[in-house]
Amino acid sequence: MILFFIFFFIGLISFGGGYAMIPLIQTEVVERQQWIGMVDFSNLVALAGVSPGPIGLNLAVATGFIYNGLGGVIVAALGMILPSLIVMIIIARMANRLQHNKIWKYALYGVRATVTGFILYSAIIFIKTNHMISSNLYFTLTQLLIFLGSLFALFYFKKHPLYVIIISGLVGITLYS
Amino acid sequence: MKNVFLSNFTNTKAKESHIHQCLSILFIFLKLSPVSFGGGFALLPILEKELVTKRKWLSSSDISDIFSLSQSAPGAIALNSAIYIGYRLQGILGAIFALIGICLPTIFIMIVLSITFSYYQSSPKIEAALQAIRTTVIALIVFAAYRMGKEAIIDKSTATIAVGTLILLYFFSSYIHPMLILLFGAISGIIVMFIKNKYFPQKEATKKEETPIIYDYMI
Repeated sequence: MILFFIFFFIGLISFGGGYAMIPLIQTEVVERQQWIGMVDFSNLVALAGVSPGPIGLNLAVATGFIYNGLGGVIVAALGMILPSLIVMIIIARMANRLQHNKIWKYALYGVRATVTGFILYSAIIFIKTNHMISSNLYFTLTQLLIFLGSLFALFYFKKHPLYVIIISGLVGITLYS
Repeated sequence: MKNVFLSNFTNTKAKESHIHQCLSILFIFLKLSPVSFGGGFALLPILEKELVTKRKWLSSSDISDIFSLSQSAPGAIALNSAIYIGYRLQGILGAIFALIGICLPTIFIMIVLSITFSYYQSSPKIEAALQAIRTTVIALIVFAAYRMGKEAIIDKSTATIAVGTLILLYFFSSYIHPMLILLFGAISGIIVMFIKNKYFPQKEATKKEETPIIYDYMI
């Protein structure tokens, strides 16, 4: 099934953390396959961020669920998990040799930079679809406030993301309803 | 690390113990997984407390090895760590059990959340909260970019690759599949490093130790 292969490839390619997966998943699921609209996708990302466990897996589960209910969940989850299993076991066997391998190091060097670009791209797409910068001044200002507030909480106060998300949700309710 | 458990495989009693150990691994991960809210980094210190301090199955240096390897591998770091730990402790079966242990709770919770979410989606309060949360997610993403960037962008070449990726993605993501771009980035890295080493041979003596990226919490 397409679902499996999509997440298998994503799981295979996503170096550098769950947030690097987001633009990959987004391109595939929102733009190419058009299973989910962008706004719904943003909501899913928020949901996946709140749920315990890796955000990539959670997103896969959510997407699978929307696509085909529980069956979809299993397929998507397997797709996400299997490449990790295979690759990690291979790496575990080669652990020592790998860490000193020149080509591996060089590739990582490039991949880390690429992934940074990916994550930034993801941020920009989210900013655009959220209409963070809009004609409604109240909205833009409050959005900016929330954004900066969250950044501060994460950077300076080193608060756990879940905590920040919950507080932000409450703030949202007071400001926007 | 001495793999005490696998060395006695011919002994049937040890075989039972093998299964027994695998089950313990399963339960450890089952127990710890739901606590890793908001990402998997919360998992790591808890894992360390359980495996290094309490049970003494691994050492602290093992943990940091596991950590840096899991990070370099594709996929979620939480999953990779679980697989690696399971493998180190009990071979392939251990890896599978660890994986099941860590996935089951999060998948379950996610399904429950998805269902609840689809019911309340139309509520105006929820939409209001989501407006704000989506922005926080952006902040989270920016934060992740910063942390990655701190380790990744160490010179002009890496900066170029990052910016190049961004431009390619922004303008061409409908034409070029992002995976290709990622591959391209990796290859560029290899090429750049080869060129650098050829024309600017570095005195490796002063190169600083490669430290694993220490995140405050796993994503």
